[in-house]
Amino acid sequence: MHNKSVAELSRALASGEVSSVELTQHFLDRIKQEDGKYNSFITVCEDSALDEARLADERRSQGNATPWTGIPFAQKDIFCTNGVRTTCGSRMLENFIPPYDATVTARFRDAGAVCLGKTNLDEFAMGSSNESSHFGATTNPWGENRVPGGSSGGSAAAVAAGLTPAATATDTGGSIRQPASFCGITGLKPTYGRVSRYGMIAYASSLDQGGTLARSAEDNAMMLNIMAGFDPKDSTSIDREVPDYTATLGEPLKGLKIGLPKEYFTDQLDPAMAQTIRTAVAEYEKLGATVKEVSLPNAHLAIAAYYVIAPAEASANLSRFDGVRYGHRCSDPKDLMDLYTRTREEGFGEEVKRRIMIGTYALSAGYFDAYFLKAQKVRRLVQQDFVNALKEVDVLMSPTCPSPAFVQGEKTSDPVTMYLEDIFTIAINLAGLPAMSVPAGMVNGLPVGLQIIGDYFSEARLLNAAHQFQLATDWHQRKPA
Amino acid sequence: MQWDVVIGLEIHVQLATRTKIFSGSSTAFGAEPNTQANAVDLAMPGTLPVPNEQAFRYAVMFGLAIDADIGRRSVFERKNYFYPDLPKGYQTTQLEQPIVGPGHVDIDLADGSSKRIRIHHAHLEEDAGKSLHEDFHGMSGIDLNRAGTPLIEVVTEPDMRSAEEAVAFAKKLHSLVTSLGICDGDMSQGSMRFDVNISLKPKGQEAFGTRTETKNLNSFRFMEQAIAHEVERQMDILEDGGVIVQETRLYNGDRDESRSMRTKEEANDYRYFPCPDLLPVEIDDTFIDDCRSRLPELPDARKARFKEQYGLNDYDAGLLGGDASLATFFEEAVSHSKDAKLTANWVQGELSARLNAEDRLISDSPISGAQLGDLIVRIADDSISSAGAKKVFDALWTGEGDNVDAIIEARGLKQVSDTGALEAMVDEVLAGMPEQIAQYKEADEKKRKKMMGGFMGPLMKASKGQGNPKLFTEILKKKLDS
Repeated sequence: MHNKSVAELSRALASGEVSSVELTQHFLDRIKQEDGKYNSFITVCEDSALDEARLADERRSQGNATPWTGIPFAQKDIFCTNGVRTTCGSRMLENFIPPYDATVTARFRDAGAVCLGKTNLDEFAMGSSNESSHFGATTNPWGENRVPGGSSGGSAAAVAAGLTPAATATDTGGSIRQPASFCGITGLKPTYGRVSRYGMIAYASSLDQGGTLARSAEDNAMMLNIMAGFDPKDSTSIDREVPDYTATLGEPLKGLKIGLPKEYFTDQLDPAMAQTIRTAVAEYEKLGATVKEVSLPNAHLAIAAYYVIAPAEASANLSRFDGVRYGHRCSDPKDLMDLYTRTREEGFGEEVKRRIMIGTYALSAGYFDAYFLKAQKVRRLVQQDFVNALKEVDVLMSPTCPSPAFVQGEKTSDPVTMYLEDIFTIAINLAGLPAMSVPAGMVNGLPVGLQIIGDYFSEARLLNAAHQFQLATDWHQRKPA
Repeated sequence: MQWDVVIGLEIHVQLATRTKIFSGSSTAFGAEPNTQANAVDLAMPGTLPVPNEQAFRYAVMFGLAIDADIGRRSVFERKNYFYPDLPKGYQTTQLEQPIVGPGHVDIDLADGSSKRIRIHHAHLEEDAGKSLHEDFHGMSGIDLNRAGTPLIEVVTEPDMRSAEEAVAFAKKLHSLVTSLGICDGDMSQGSMRFDVNISLKPKGQEAFGTRTETKNLNSFRFMEQAIAHEVERQMDILEDGGVIVQETRLYNGDRDESRSMRTKEEANDYRYFPCPDLLPVEIDDTFIDDCRSRLPELPDARKARFKEQYGLNDYDAGLLGGDASLATFFEEAVSHSKDAKLTANWVQGELSARLNAEDRLISDSPISGAQLGDLIVRIADDSISSAGAKKVFDALWTGEGDNVDAIIEARGLKQVSDTGALEAMVDEVLAGMPEQIAQYKEADEKKRKKMMGGFMGPLMKASKGQGNPKLFTEILKKKLDS
């Protein structure tokens, strides 16, 4: 049962082959049995999940089920869930129970989906290995001691381990695509503004975007059908029609123009990685696509710009965690300053503090022009590169990551090495474009993802391209031992 | 040495929108603490701001009223600092691209001249909550009902040269925003708060001296006192050869004292940057035209009209025309009374006195304009005496009655003005007062005047207070002097 896709489960529920309660119980049992190894969940919603499952079965019996009614899924613990603890992987929110739903949460709730629990993540989504979580690191089901990637590592590991058929995720610099690549599953970061950010705890507001993690492109499409759309509560969400993303999955790829950014295929790229990606691209050629080289001349500036802009926004976004209204508060504060400093010292982990300091510095009087303003200018250059390249081709392809999943602890002592993990993904966030990671091969026995980047609001196209690839290959069906 | 005083003002004006600038919470004043603060106002994780269109409309209306350029692209920035009543740890405000660009306001000075005060800009921002330091046993209480109330901060050029000018400007601005209907103008509830920048320079010198800023003055009187206080303080320092420290000061109006809050060196680095949760707002011609079409009559225009239409003098027209609610009240009253001068006197006399005594705004007056107008009709047509009119006014005020004629009737306040009946009463009363008549006849003009009261008393008594005193006096004089 846990090897079935969302689409298959949806059909099984519709036919009465299985009930939502049975399905939910099955996944809850799996989590109970297996998650000790992975630590992919921070909170498991056993009672409320079964309640939701019962309601879903009732709804189905009344004849008004949606394709999602009764389907279990997991929520990255960055989406607020009314009445269910939402930690963002931080001690700061260890006991925070929001009295409201994120818009994404509400949309799944309205569709009748069953929330199994809240998945682990790097603290405040800051990290590429899931090692900065206050609730302990998550382990990649593909290898003992391997990281699942981050920051949506809990969601990716849970899907890969068959603990949930699908999980929500967020992506600020690669946090959906890199874990998808590391865990051998399919992930989509939509166009900035496609999915509401309301109730999604902010890391870097101009870069954060909610998205999807599941085994197949089809399941990602089903998730996006629920999540996408304008939200009056999010001024940055975009009021634009939402297509049925499953409707165009079957379209042939003949004539699809693929661009390979030459800056992403240099001598520095690991040969095994390069070979895997070129093989995947060759598969696309067999499906009728044409391939050409394109250039993103400012791509090398993306990481530097990102590590000014994202921490700058984070430094303000995280100011609200001050111990005054909710969340962690230090014991017996002497005075206001003591309340602030000890609360934040105790509540935040190392990486979060590092980024708050970087961001505060970049915005400070005398440094603002040299750092923040300059980074914004670079951001526009990077964006323009993509816009230009996407005039020539329909999609861009690259490795999602420079390597397969690395070993836990390998990069924690060197933040810059860790930051370089996102070298292929980060520019897409700066540009606000949609992109996917699709399982495309194995290197050293570990899965590797192909990144497919499209123009604004071309999610249907990306999902179509990924789905056609998955009809022709079985990388997305490989499972860890 | 002779000194020039240079004053610039920053005024926070709370906009009278029903809901907050970035959330749907009510902005009503006086609710139980924290009952008007939702998840957005509390800065709960993941919540996002959504701009209130009405706040933009009000800001643009203000811009049009001061003849300012409207910022076509309005950008919100985050001003970062930690304070318990600032839930997000930053204030959402505007810096580089405010909604209202340079404009001006003309003020009238005591000598009858007028002066133009330039407005540097006005920007939209959110108010903070309130910290309450009493009654919490050494801790502080936080009330976030006010957090997120929309404000425009109006920043003037340093164009004022005295406390009088600054107060005249403040009053004019108050009259402007209340006339526009964009602010309730209730200063006791913090609807308008003034920060005053003051510097001194030797008379005639071009360059400005170092300035100080005195923050959060919430009445015209405190503002005037604070300026006087600060001018004196700076003058003392300068005349002793000292230098002024650029700093922010707090003025305590109850004690007429001020103290330094922080110096320039201690000032926060606010690390402003554009708020990524709010897209730049494009203000187009359609929106501006719509705002223009909503502009009511403004104080200067209304003053001119009151002079023209009602024949009021400059003072009355300025006073009654300057306050939108007062002007509305006055016009309603006049539409009933048809006597502008008498109505102006009653509005500025009895009515204002009673409002002040009970600390009420004209908008909460228990007497309507129509009722006052009806009362004035009865005064003008001699139906009641001025003493009677005050009794009717009282009855209306306390709610004992709501119809002027019914009150006059019920209280028997109607004057008898039938000369035949009055003459008969005079004859009857005089018949019983031969001695007084004799004394009167012998008295000179001056003495006679004094003696009139001796006859009027019994006459009023005989008429049960209803005789028209003016007619009684005329009849008496005729009879006694003949």
